[in-house]
Amino acid sequence: MKNKLETLPFKGTPEQKEQLCAIIEEYKDVPGALVQVLKKAQEIYGYLPLEVQIDVAEGLNVPLEEVYGVVTFYSLFSINPKGDYRISVCLGTACYVKGAGDLYDSLQQKLGISGGGCTPDGKFSLEACRCVGACGLAPVITINEDVYGRLTVKDLDDILAKY
Amino acid sequence: MYRSHILICGGTGCTSSGSGAVIEALEAELKKNALEEEIKIIKTGCFGLCAIGPIMIVYPEGCFYSEVKPEDMEEIVNEHLIKGRPVKRLLYKETVEGDSIKSLNHTDFYRKQMRVALRNCGVINPESIDEYIAYDGYAALAKCLDEYTPQQVIDIVLDSGLRGRGGAGFPTGLKWKFAAANQADQKYVCCNADEGDPGAFMDRSILEGDPHAVLEAMAIAGYAIGANQGYIYIRAEYPIAVERLEIAIKQAREYGLLGKNIFGKGFDFDIGIRLGAGAFVCGEETALMTSIEGKRGEPRPRPPFPALKGLFQKPTILNNVETYANIAQIINNGAEWFKSIGNEGSHGTKVFALGGKINNTVLVEVPIGTPLRTVIEEIGGGIPNGKKFKAAQIGGPSGGCIPSEHLDVAIDYNTLIELGAMMGSGGLIVMDEDNCMVDIAKFFLEFTVDESCGKCTPCRIGTKRLYEMLEKITSGNGTLEDLDEMEKLCYYIKNNSLCGLGQTAPNPVLSTLRHFRDEYVAHVVDKKCPSGVCKDLLSYVIIADKCKGCTACARKCPVGAISGAVKQVHSIDTAKCIKCGACIETCKFGAIVKM
Repeated sequence: MKNKLETLPFKGTPEQKEQLCAIIEEYKDVPGALVQVLKKAQEIYGYLPLEVQIDVAEGLNVPLEEVYGVVTFYSLFSINPKGDYRISVCLGTACYVKGAGDLYDSLQQKLGISGGGCTPDGKFSLEACRCVGACGLAPVITINEDVYGRLTVKDLDDILAKY
Repeated sequence: MYRSHILICGGTGCTSSGSGAVIEALEAELKKNALEEEIKIIKTGCFGLCAIGPIMIVYPEGCFYSEVKPEDMEEIVNEHLIKGRPVKRLLYKETVEGDSIKSLNHTDFYRKQMRVALRNCGVINPESIDEYIAYDGYAALAKCLDEYTPQQVIDIVLDSGLRGRGGAGFPTGLKWKFAAANQADQKYVCCNADEGDPGAFMDRSILEGDPHAVLEAMAIAGYAIGANQGYIYIRAEYPIAVERLEIAIKQAREYGLLGKNIFGKGFDFDIGIRLGAGAFVCGEETALMTSIEGKRGEPRPRPPFPALKGLFQKPTILNNVETYANIAQIINNGAEWFKSIGNEGSHGTKVFALGGKINNTVLVEVPIGTPLRTVIEEIGGGIPNGKKFKAAQIGGPSGGCIPSEHLDVAIDYNTLIELGAMMGSGGLIVMDEDNCMVDIAKFFLEFTVDESCGKCTPCRIGTKRLYEMLEKITSGNGTLEDLDEMEKLCYYIKNNSLCGLGQTAPNPVLSTLRHFRDEYVAHVVDKKCPSGVCKDLLSYVIIADKCKGCTACARKCPVGAISGAVKQVHSIDTAKCIKCGACIETCKFGAIVKM
């Protein structure tokens, strides 16, 4: 997984911490709950910075190294913050053979960031994903919950302009 | 009683094309005309024709509308539902013949299909257990508990010859037999819904369209092997499927079809959902179980096999969604019925997700042994834009390519292995002359490098080295010796990796080397990419005859590589050109080409 150590300062709020503690309390004695706790923690913070991983490790009494191991293993988890608008380019096979690779390259150029990165203003983040299952609309990108299909590089400016 | 039923697809494909808004608009129109009591809207699962969604069928006529929009609803309600005149311009064009409208079942798309696993998809409301029961739902479970011993259930499944639909094609009944033979205080039944093969979406469609079929089959499996707990491991990327499963489990519990003392026969069985967190390797059985246990989803060495020590070290069976979708019908119709479908050694049907360079991007289910040509040309409608078929990639990152000379081969488990491909999950991606096979091999290797869990060295380092060799070739630095080295490395990785991911990862390379060696040779000897895909082997050239000197390309070029005066022929400085393709898009005269 292409996770890099995040560099932006962590801006967690006390309310978020409270929510996290409640989750940890709920799952503390459930065996094998680490993945589920991390999922909920990511829902709270939007990503899993080291600070949150330490809280989870201490709360569940699991070595931090094991938490970090799980976080970096699964592509759902991110240790980098995401933008307000998360752009995912589907690089599944059906989309790839219909030119999704060009869409991905073009978006990196247009946004000036590489895959996995986030624009400095925090507006857009870009990532590749493997198949959203909308192969009938290939090539597909998603921006948060919106799905855009049957795209060519020419369509991208209009789509980005909506946000 | 309703005088008309309207089925609208609520699967992921159609939802992405906006079927939610269509349903809302239709509801509003029906309300406006006070028709809510007469006409019922049913949100179904996937029909399979995702490319022309959103899809809507009006019964009793069976009129099949495609690509409908919210603003079309007023016309459909006024014309069709009130005046009884179908709106021809919105009907799926294959169903319109002159003045008459033919049933969807008589179109090329459906005629060659046989729907077993997808039987209820697009037919029933997946959020209603009553509709499932009306279509013989849970009859098979009742029959098993009522008439058969667990051993008899296993014998029927064994006898049917059903093989796993998720990849390797292991006989399902055999798996059950092994797990049943092992004694333990607790056993588990797992369902693999971690459909990781990019480009395959049949499991998702089944879960979205007919979730109870999977629950019923898992309960039958539980009865057969003596387990009372099941887990469905499903990708978090499939929110609609997860939601429908949750609803289905809740309904089944309310009806006493899951939980304690099912059908009053003293059999307990319940099912929990576990969400995957995005790791392809978790489709491998031991990795999936490790992941359910909350750890890094790394595979474990076998033996011990899961039938002896699986989830939480207890005997476990794991089957794929599509495999389960066949079980109830085998019980209801008998092993002989199932054996009568398909080929010797490969019985039943298989669902394929047909995608890529094909006119109908669809989900199809055909008897195993149907020739590839039938699937691609008759059901898939052939290749768009008059391009030539080059290959079909089957089985995803673990599979291989089938070139045009083998199009008439009957697709079954054994013939595919002989051709260097595999059934896999059934992703079937069609490629035309514009796709470079070396680039496709590189694409799959990039995927496996990314998804290799890193536990064993042959896979972790081997796939990386293999990827680097492909990169060397596509950048024009490869030699003929590299091809031989690559082949050697492929077999090394295959023979020495711990799990199925590594053992099959070199398949895309081996099969393209076997069927498209000439393309590799063109890359390493002529330093050319015949399909014009590999950027390092291309140069952008302006055709003097077509260039009008409009300067549009020069203005667009991000690196200032294009020069030329107004109304004069322009030229591209290949040393500066970064091959971004912006000039080709900009040129209105088609004067710039990749060579």
